[in-house]
Amino acid sequence: MQAFAFEPCELPAGADALRADVRAFLEAELADFPVSQRARSWVGFDAEFSRKLGERGWLGMTWLEPWGQGRSALERYVVIEELLAAGAPVAAHWIAERQSGPLILRFGTDEQRAKLLPGIAAGETYFCIGMSEPDSGSDLASIRSKAEPGERNGEKGWVVNGRKVWTTYAQHSHYMIALLRTGEAGKNRHGGTTQFVIDLSSPGVTVQPIRNMIGDEEFNEVTFDDVFVPAGMLVGEEGNGWRQVTAELSFERSGPDRFLSAFALLKALVHVAGEDPSDMAATAIGRLHAHLTTLRAMSLSVAAQLDAGAEPALEAAFVKDLGVVFEQSIPEIAHQVVGAAPRIDHGEGFEQALAYVQQACVSFSLRGGTTEIMRGVIARGLGLR
Amino acid sequence: MTEERTLIAETCARLFAEHLDAEVFSAAEAGEFPQRLWDAITENGLDRILVPEAKGGSGLGWEDAHVVLFAAGRHAAPVPLAEAIAAGWLLGHVPDGIVTLADREQMRVPWGRDAGHMVVSNADSGLSSVSLEGAAITQDRNIGRDPRDRVALEGLTPAGNESESVQAAGALVRSCQMAGAVSAVLDLCVTYTNERVQFGRPIGRFQAIQQQLAVMAGEAAAAGVAACAACRMVDADGDLVMAAATAKIRTGEAAGKAANIAHQVHGAIGFTEEYRLHHLTRRLWAWRSEFGAEGEWAAMLGRLVASRGPDKLWPDLTDG
Repeated sequence: MQAFAFEPCELPAGADALRADVRAFLEAELADFPVSQRARSWVGFDAEFSRKLGERGWLGMTWLEPWGQGRSALERYVVIEELLAAGAPVAAHWIAERQSGPLILRFGTDEQRAKLLPGIAAGETYFCIGMSEPDSGSDLASIRSKAEPGERNGEKGWVVNGRKVWTTYAQHSHYMIALLRTGEAGKNRHGGTTQFVIDLSSPGVTVQPIRNMIGDEEFNEVTFDDVFVPAGMLVGEEGNGWRQVTAELSFERSGPDRFLSAFALLKALVHVAGEDPSDMAATAIGRLHAHLTTLRAMSLSVAAQLDAGAEPALEAAFVKDLGVVFEQSIPEIAHQVVGAAPRIDHGEGFEQALAYVQQACVSFSLRGGTTEIMRGVIARGLGLR
Repeated sequence: MTEERTLIAETCARLFAEHLDAEVFSAAEAGEFPQRLWDAITENGLDRILVPEAKGGSGLGWEDAHVVLFAAGRHAAPVPLAEAIAAGWLLGHVPDGIVTLADREQMRVPWGRDAGHMVVSNADSGLSSVSLEGAAITQDRNIGRDPRDRVALEGLTPAGNESESVQAAGALVRSCQMAGAVSAVLDLCVTYTNERVQFGRPIGRFQAIQQQLAVMAGEAAAAGVAACAACRMVDADGDLVMAAATAKIRTGEAAGKAANIAHQVHGAIGFTEEYRLHHLTRRLWAWRSEFGAEGEWAAMLGRLVASRGPDKLWPDLTDG
């Protein structure tokens, strides 16, 4: 029998009105936002825009009062898919709202919630994720950056040493949720790690951007030299890092950000194909449309499962694996069916969108777990190995 | 799944397990109609699941029919059940005897030789059921070795292209069957690769095999969701042609990918007559080209999307 299930999902009453509100807001806010910027999708950083979303109550809306409004995950889904489809610059708050907030809400203390959640919901407090290290990429269990019990000025806490890499927008973030070694890994290799909230303004933290191949500074290397972290900033249980990270990754892997990253390019493709497209263009667009419709239904089903308190790690892995294959196919198909070259400094919206996505898309199947790792997760879920 | 659908699924699983073995397959594929299996299906009313209760059916919806069609696909059932379900929905009643659908200008009619009636459309009278009494039948088979016959009937000229609804209903039932068959192929592959030992361990432990099966599982998941979502869309009075197009494109693509991977991981045993993988894969290759192949539906859907323009792309996806 099948090891996975995608029960169909119905959007709640009121979703249509909420969608209309978000759409009207985006139309006004992004009236002059060019296709080349929209193509950057959830990598576009604009703190002012994030604050405006916070003002409207569209960040952390699923969190229970007093932190949020206790609205359903599916209502949040409507908001984020509208943001992504419009190519809105959401990077500032994206990681904080998508996974750091939910993690703190679920595993954190009341003190942590009170200190951190209001800022995230306001679109003013930004987080980055400290998982990968120079010697630990896909093999996350091998991390070596460590936290050891220590004291500073009479306050008990932890002293952190080590290095994290590929840390998206660490240079603009206030905090990092870091996975650190606090003990022995043990036989299954998954023990001895713990999650901490690290204030990136602490003494001993150095953030160094790593310029990517597009020429942008998005990810960073973050070094910790005897950085003191107060005891109250340990998230969840000491030694429970692996399980907490796994739960967190279901949020990271199944959302619409896993198949809408290249939506601006798809839309531009429909534009250049025209009202009376060639057979080749029509066939390509029809196929992409069918894939997108199906991915959205799968992703919505996972959102409903997460909302019901389940941990659909396998289903989330499917969404990410199929989603990035889909996203990466869009520049490939656009290249084949339209006689236009990607351009950087001039050109039409389509050409500029193609220029960005063509380069950026190689990272889609790396971030949040490589395709090979995703397929390993799936194989294990199927009962292989 | 609702209790009622779980019950339908259990009934189907039991029925197919009881009446469909290697012998029945061999006989059916040699041209003998599997009457006992068909009788069990009609006694349970599975063929009339979409016909209103007042007309002798179950009066259920497409999402319920999906459960039956998925099961029929899982078992590669060599009977005109999908055709009967689609015909019952199109007509709102069931004529006596076996009823089938016109496909490819009546050149490849499923079980044309056994059917009493065929749902067609022609330019003048639109959708109707015609008796096949006295029809000239040229027997042929698809590569599932199921009957796909050429039907020539006096007074009935091929409409050129079947009405959109016949073609779309046919595509929708085939999509559900393919989703079921792909899920069965996946199960066979998982079981086989966990048992087959080479180099001192089950081949399912090798990453090369795992990566391939993960791809197949993704296709199975997507096919299942695509078929079910299309059925729900029709139940909600959505656009039949859009729903069928999306489902047929996605499940047809999954069918091709899954069949290829399944044969690769099975090795030579999967190429034998004795091993049952081919009952499923041969039908997947047949079904994906029936009632419009993915490419035909994709061109149609793409033209529709393009004619609506880029600004309608997202609203149409979410508001439908």
